[in-house]
Amino acid sequence: VIHDGGEVLERAPPPGVLCCGPPSSAMFLLHRALITRRLAGVGVRCCQKHTLPDLPYDYNALEPVISADIMQLHHSKHHQTYVNNLNVAEEKLAEATAKGDVSTVISLAAALKFNGGGHINHTIFWKNLSPDGGEPEGELLAAINRDFGSLDALKSQLSAATVAVQGSGWGWLGYNKQKGALQIATCPNQLQGLRPDTELILYGARIPVVEETRFLGLMDPLEATTGLVPLFGIDVWEHAYYLQYKNVRPDYVNAIWKVADWKDISARFNSAK
Amino acid sequence: MTLGVLHHLIEAEEATDVAAMNALLPAIKFNGGGHLNHTIFWTNMAPNAGGDPSGAIADAINEEFGSFQAFKDKFSAASVGVKGSGWGWLGYCPKNNKLAVATCQNQDPLQVTHGMIPLLGLDVWEHAYYLQYKNLRADYVKAFFNVINWSNVNERLETARKSAGH
Repeated sequence: VIHDGGEVLERAPPPGVLCCGPPSSAMFLLHRALITRRLAGVGVRCCQKHTLPDLPYDYNALEPVISADIMQLHHSKHHQTYVNNLNVAEEKLAEATAKGDVSTVISLAAALKFNGGGHINHTIFWKNLSPDGGEPEGELLAAINRDFGSLDALKSQLSAATVAVQGSGWGWLGYNKQKGALQIATCPNQLQGLRPDTELILYGARIPVVEETRFLGLMDPLEATTGLVPLFGIDVWEHAYYLQYKNVRPDYVNAIWKVADWKDISARFNSAK
Repeated sequence: MTLGVLHHLIEAEEATDVAAMNALLPAIKFNGGGHLNHTIFWTNMAPNAGGDPSGAIADAINEEFGSFQAFKDKFSAASVGVKGSGWGWLGYCPKNNKLAVATCQNQDPLQVTHGMIPLLGLDVWEHAYYLQYKNLRADYVKAFFNVINWSNVNERLETARKSAGH
């Protein structure tokens, strides 16, 4: 599947394979009905389509930190593409599973992870942000002080690690359930092959190598890949900031703290611990 | 950026600090690769250029891909399909004197990654097109063919063939 802007462009399906097209077409609905009925006959539930979640605020609500143009493109084009492509991958997975086509099932893994990760990550991201997100307090603030020393130290460390991501990726504040502690993670991670508890130097920042985050990809969903529960994510794919901040990623990362929704982050923390 | 990192590398080397040297390698690959790639990229393009290739590169493209259009389709699909940040490349394989389309993530240099000599590169990091094309990378890739400097690509092919002994 090639994604061109926000559209999913399908190649012509090979003969004998029903493929779901873009949601607006009548043929798509017919194919879906046929697949669903046929798969239901073999006990496979199919075609529970993912949809793009609405933002909890208007496109311009996060200005001046993130422009309305960016929010509109990011949500209605980029996130929508992950949703579309995830649905396509899941349709193909259901078909392949029903046919017992293990090779195809395996070949779909990358698309599921990339597009599923994109859908999960952006769904969290929109809720992580708010025009009036307040400040951390209570147990979350206590955990921040315990694990980082202070809120400023957390901001400084997560910002440095996120700015230092090479290419496209995310910076995360996560919760490590095994250790009962907050932890920073970045995707992608340049730490492959490095021993844990060492350090990497990028853009002048010292990035600690942590076991759980050594092999993350650029859109990997944090929890599925590392077990860390995502609390707050910072998208540093260039589309997340370039129209407004150009190449000055540090300005964007430093500014995004002004629209962090600490109520949402606290809620995730409380569910996780 | 590369100079700063290399300076740290030299310091680490003088101190025989292998751990420090290892820690710097990703930054060297990233910044060094970025320097190599962009240096090639600026020469691959020119105003009043583009159109169909001619000369040795045209022959090699026809031989390897069947036609210029077939090459365009393959190169475009590969470049559009890069996940996240990276480059699309037309490269030369010195071992068998053939051309191939390849992609690299981030600033990974073609030669180190795929063993091919870079002839023509297309930067598909979002910064290369987003201000103008927004999310429509395919439009940017299509338009790239209007500015390709084929005489530069020919020069690179000739140099690559000579150094490979073909």
